[in-house]
Amino acid sequence: MKHEWPLWEVFIRGQHGLNHRHVGSLHAPDAEMALKNARDVYTRRNEGVSIWVVEAAHITASSPSDKGPLYEPSESKVYRHPTFFDIPDEAGHM
Amino acid sequence: MYAQMVKSEATQDDPEKLAAFQARIDAGDKIEPKDWMPEGYRKTLIRQIGQHAHSEIVGQLPEGNWITRAPTLERKAILLAKVQDEAGHGLYLYCAAETLGVSRDELTEMLLDGRMKYSSIFNYPTLTWADMGAVGWLVDGAAIMNQVPLQRTSYGPYSRAMIRICKEESFHQRQGYHIMMKMAQGTPAQKKMAQDALNRFWYPSLMMFGPSDKDSVHSAQSMKWKIKMNTNDELRQKFVDQTVPQANHLGLTVPDDTLCWNDEKGGYDFAEPDWSEFFDVIQGNGPCNTERLAARNKAWDEGAWVREGLMAHAAKKRAAKLAAE
Repeated sequence: MKHEWPLWEVFIRGQHGLNHRHVGSLHAPDAEMALKNARDVYTRRNEGVSIWVVEAAHITASSPSDKGPLYEPSESKVYRHPTFFDIPDEAGHM
Repeated sequence: MYAQMVKSEATQDDPEKLAAFQARIDAGDKIEPKDWMPEGYRKTLIRQIGQHAHSEIVGQLPEGNWITRAPTLERKAILLAKVQDEAGHGLYLYCAAETLGVSRDELTEMLLDGRMKYSSIFNYPTLTWADMGAVGWLVDGAAIMNQVPLQRTSYGPYSRAMIRICKEESFHQRQGYHIMMKMAQGTPAQKKMAQDALNRFWYPSLMMFGPSDKDSVHSAQSMKWKIKMNTNDELRQKFVDQTVPQANHLGLTVPDDTLCWNDEKGGYDFAEPDWSEFFDVIQGNGPCNTERLAARNKAWDEGAWVREGLMAHAAKKRAAKLAAE
């Protein structure tokens, strides 16, 4: 019998109420072991207060060749940024 | 270094794509796993990151040797934490290599059957407790020299692994130097032990950077791709310049009669290690090559039932959960 333990991606919430952030990956036979291993590998120095593990096979990622069609449309929409609008100083802080 | 003499692979890709790729690297872009990359870049990185990962794992053995015999409970806890860190470093690096399309088991098997190498330094024995000091101070010190610039390497996952590793590595070197300080300030017998450890680890540490690569075509390609950031000679010089004052502070003598400060170059002149010994160790004839590989093979073979058993257990639990739904 030969099959490798699946790959899991590990996300950790740091101390300061931030979002969970991707920190790396590891192999584990199941979710329970993935959590335990993630604790040992990625939080040995108080790096987090909460861990998510997701089997890498379940992640769908955008492809680099889609970069144009996906992100170019936002480049022309400068009015989505507050600095597009000139507001006179007399109007006060806005 | 932890990855020594990594040959860069020739690349036979479309020249236009190659030029665009090089332009991205020159502009300081990070290359990510799904981006197009030359075959040579991919293969060289697999070899280099793999060798680096194997070094972290095999590197646990010389220090693991002293865990049960550490002089105090505190030293034992520190050494355990250090060796556990090395396992973590190996894991970060294996994960980075896997993003290039090689599996973890393939990498392990290539180490076990000798197709892939690990650093020559781990083929030397750790004979006394002072060696734990020398390894942390000199071996981890030499590793840091190489790893700090590699945080800026062009391959994203490799760079991120290096950043994590560097954060943890400083503890390793400092705990080693701390052991050396205690020994050097101890009884005459302890000081002698510390000097003996320095004598045995000095030249093998200089060898970690690999032979001079002034004329190496492979190095030039790797530097162009930013997967090698400095020449071996630059890093070796930097290591000597940093380490000699530390040895002086300990009251220990670097085992090199020719060592002297060179004002003109602003660094030390020092003797080259015996490169024939280096090549011999690389070829598998170092003092501990057989023992190290045997230990890794034993761990892999005897762990097989655990790896398989946990997979079977996971499958059984999945089936039970499905049946209950």
